[in-house]
Amino acid sequence: MDLSLLKQLNRDRENRCAAILVTHMSDGTQRLVHKDDKLSSDPLAEELERRFRSGKSGTVETDHGNFFLTVSVPAPRLVIIGAVHISQALVPMAEMAGLDVTVIDPRTAFATEDRFPGSSLKADWPENVLKDAPLDAYTALAAVTHDPKIDDFPLIEALKTECFYVGALGSRKTHGKRLERFKEVGLTDRHFDRIDAPIGLDIGAASPQEIAVAVLGSIILALRKAPETAR
Amino acid sequence: MTTETSSIPDALKTAEAWRNSGRPVALATVIETWGSAPRPVGSHLVIDADGNFEGSVSGGCVEGAVVAEAIDVIDTGRPTTLEFGVADETAWQVGLSCGGRIRVYVEPVN
Repeated sequence: MDLSLLKQLNRDRENRCAAILVTHMSDGTQRLVHKDDKLSSDPLAEELERRFRSGKSGTVETDHGNFFLTVSVPAPRLVIIGAVHISQALVPMAEMAGLDVTVIDPRTAFATEDRFPGSSLKADWPENVLKDAPLDAYTALAAVTHDPKIDDFPLIEALKTECFYVGALGSRKTHGKRLERFKEVGLTDRHFDRIDAPIGLDIGAASPQEIAVAVLGSIILALRKAPETAR
Repeated sequence: MTTETSSIPDALKTAEAWRNSGRPVALATVIETWGSAPRPVGSHLVIDADGNFEGSVSGGCVEGAVVAEAIDVIDTGRPTTLEFGVADETAWQVGLSCGGRIRVYVEPVN
């Protein structure tokens, strides 16, 4: 591998930028493809797009020879809006499942170190936190405050940046009102279909802990299964 | 998606750091697996000319053989592909006890 390619790849990984290193197996030549590149003219376009979704490295055989695709996608993240009771259960569960978790809540009575020991907790408005750490396609967002002042902005951002999972707590009625507000800012049914609401798998979850299990189940479903079936 | 634990040195970052300090380096990548294999396709092992290494391509079963081949790759500058498995005639020296087979691509970092 060319050292400059290796450096670029490491930079991309640090910046949470998805990249695929394409190695031509017969002569060892390599190139680096990014998720934002115009892929349509690429002879491997379809395969590259599939791999960006699945995150899996592998060999592809074509008429122009065999290629190995080293796929580098960022580690999955979970951003939870709301330092509520459900979040207290969801944080350790999600961390155990391998997600990098951040909790955001501007209400300092909720966002305390005592309630979330040792976790990444931001006692600030989502608008401020997401400016420094923007959402992306390898991030899941669960909004659980039910307060539109806090939840709406990150939910809209999550839909625009194509977070792999977007969940919103609230009754069907609350969610209906939410969609009316979102229509006013230009979001459409295509976006709305992507919102998991009522939040979580339908397992009859009742307690905050059970709802956390349902939410984590939905996130893992979106992470592991949807990439293969999407589109 | 793979998640690397932050406390364990990352093979690709190690490769860059070693090259930056002037050490010749080869990079090994698992490119294919069959059956039960300990590390998924895309896993890396980085090796220098003295046989120091970081990362893994198996559960420690074939790293020794990959390191030896990698030193040759650093010498010749030519990439090569290695295959390991219990079906291999060298299985009793170097192979995967789990019963799987893997193919490993070894290339110099220039």
